[in-house]
This record gives sequence, structure tokens and C-alpha cells, in this order.
Amino acid sequence: MQIEVLYFAAARERAGTGAEAVTLPEGATLADLIDALTAKHAPLEPLWPHVRLAVDEAFVSDHAAPLKDGATVALIPPVSGG
Amino acid sequence: MVRLTDDPLDPAAVEARVRAADRGAVLTFVGLVRDHTGPHRVERLEYEAYRPMAVKVFEGIRGEVDARWPGTRIAIHHRLGRLVVGEVAVVIAVSAPHRAETFDACRYAIERMKADVPIFKKEIRGDGSVWVGLGS
Repeated sequence: MQIEVLYFAAARERAGTGAEAVTLPEGATLADLIDALTAKHAPLEPLWPHVRLAVDEAFVSDHAAPLKDGATVALIPPVSGG
Repeated sequence: MVRLTDDPLDPAAVEARVRAADRGAVLTFVGLVRDHTGPHRVERLEYEAYRPMAVKVFEGIRGEVDARWPGTRIAIHHRLGRLVVGEVAVVIAVSAPHRAETFDACRYAIERMKADVPIFKKEIRGDGSVWVGLGS
């Protein structure tokens, strides 16, 4: 399945891109996506403890949640509006 | 009532959106770019956002405010892009028939924004730059 990944702020700088498509096996979870992205972009590794994930524009804290084909997953580093 | 913009913000214009004949109180919070963080001199800020999600989360906060303080009206405008010291970064205006709930609702909205709205701020300092929330 194909996942659209969005990177913001420090995550964007560390990944070297703002968006990319990632292909994962059927049944993959957010945890699997994290592993795939770390393999692809090693500089992301130290950032994970500070990153929340949003799936289709809503925060998801359960990394065991299975992903759906076509989902958009955003890496949300610490927010600092205002 | 929720707006993300690259253009300068006008607090009076945001306040005007919640004024009405049945409103006895309007409270307007204006967040400004400060010239320092701790010992560091700040030259400017660079804001970016996950725009569609930020609007969604802001709308959710407006819904929470409406449920907790019925009768209030709230407008939230946030600036994005490059801002220099003294510029307005955010304006939150709350109106109500009476004053008490405007203070509570405005404070609530600001704290919720700080916790959950996907807006990111980079401080450009005299001695380097840092993403707020990650650096020192």
C-alpha cells in the first residue's frame, strides 16, 4: 500500500523533503512506517521521541494502529503557535 | 473566524468579527514577537503550519469553547511566515454578554493552541537558530 508522508519543521529539515510517497506491505502499522522512515532518513532517529503522528489530519497515539492504503501521515514535531 | 495568513494581523479587525449589539464584553489577546528568549537575543521568527490540520484543530477548539462557555463567540487569526520583533503573531478575540467568561474562554483557547495546533516556530537568534520545543 502507498502512504503519503508529510514532514514539518525540524522533521522536514532532517528528512530533506516536505512530502514523499512511501510503499509499505499490507497490514503495516504506524510503527512499521516509523522503521521505514528511519531506514530512509537516518537523521530522523533522534527526533522520534519528540514527534507526534497525525493520520489524515488527526493525532493518532497508538502506533500499533494499522494503516490504510492512501492514508496521509504527518510528522508533527513540538508545536509552538503564538 | 479561524484564519491562517501570511499577511500582517490587525487586532481591531479580528475583534470586529466578534462584536455585536448583544455583546457586553470583548477580550482580545495579542501575541507579539519578543526580542529575547532567556539569555538569547531573537532577531526574527519563522512560522510554518500544517495548514489544513491547524484549521481543523482550531475549529475543534472553537467548538470546545462554545460547549464550555455557551454564548461566547471567538475568532482566532494566526500569522505564518517571517516575522520581526514587535509584529503580531496571533490574535484571539472572545466576546460574551458579560465579562467573566471572556477571560476563561480566551485563556483556554490559548493554552489549547499551545498544546495541539500544528504550527511550528523557528527562532532566528543572534547566535544561531532553533525550532522552539526542541532546542535550548
